[in-house]
Amino acid sequence: MKDPCAHCEEMMQPYLDHVLTDEEMAAAEAHLAECEPCRRRYRFEESLRVYVRKAATEQMPAELRQKLAALRIPLE
Amino acid sequence: MVPAGTVAHVDAEPEEAQRLATEARDRVRFEEDALALSDQVYRVARHLANSREDADELMQETYARAFRSWRSFQPGTNMRAWLLRILTNLNIDRGRRQQRAPQMQPLEANDYFLYDRLAENGDGITDEDRVVERLSQDDIVTALSAVPHDFRDVVVLVDLGDFSYADAAQILDIPVGTVMSRLHRGRRILKRELAESALEEAT
Repeated sequence: MKDPCAHCEEMMQPYLDHVLTDEEMAAAEAHLAECEPCRRRYRFEESLRVYVRKAATEQMPAELRQKLAALRIPLE
Repeated sequence: MVPAGTVAHVDAEPEEAQRLATEARDRVRFEEDALALSDQVYRVARHLANSREDADELMQETYARAFRSWRSFQPGTNMRAWLLRILTNLNIDRGRRQQRAPQMQPLEANDYFLYDRLAENGDGITDEDRVVERLSQDDIVTALSAVPHDFRDVVVLVDLGDFSYADAAQILDIPVGTVMSRLHRGRRILKRELAESALEEAT
C-alpha cells in the first residue's frame, strides 16, 4: 500500500492547531511514535508554518506609521 | 490627569467638563493603543491586500475609521480583532478582492503533497528543515498571493496573525466551521502553489 496513513493525514492540521480532543491526541501521538514517514511529514508541516510566517512578515514602512499617527483626531 | 487640550471647556458646567475630560482621556488612550498595534495589524493586512500599495491605503482607511468610531469599541475586548474586522470589511467594500476566474481555481492536493514532491525531488532528504529551505521568501509571498481571497483571508488571520478559529470567524463574519474548512483548503492550495514554484526552479 502506497500510503497507509490517510487517517494520520486527516489529523495533522487539527493536531498542529492544538484542537484535537485528548483522546484523538493520544491516538495521533501513538501513531506518530511508530510511523516515521508520518512523523517526518508532521515535522515538515510544522517547520513550513514557521517558515511561511517568517517569510511573509514585512515591516510596516516608517512613512505609513507617521501617516497613521497623523490620522489621530486632535483634541478640541 | 486632564489632557491640556480640554482646558477650553472650563466654562462648561463642572459635571459636563468632567465628562468631557474623561472622554478625551479615553479617546487618547484608545488612539495610543490602536497605534501600538499597527505593526501587528500591518503584518496581516499586507497579505489580505493584493499589494503593498493596497495594504498602505487599507491601513490608513482602517485607522481613520477606527479613530472616528472609537466609541463603538468595547474596552477589554480584543482590539486587534476589532481593527481587523474594520479592515476586512473595507477590503471587501472596496472591491479589492479580485477573485480568480473559476477555471483558475487551483486543484487541491492532499496535505502531504508538498512534502512528498519536495522530498521526491531532493536526494533522499533526511532533514525536514532543509526541505523547507528549498523554498525562497519570494516563493512564499507569491504563493500566498495566488490563494483565492476567501481561503487566503483565513490562512492569513490564523497562520500569520495567530488568531483563533473563533476570532477569525468573528472578524470575517462567517461560522467557525467555515473557518475550519477554508483554512484546510487554503493551506492545501498554498502548498500546491509552493510545490509548483519549487518544482519549476528545480527543472
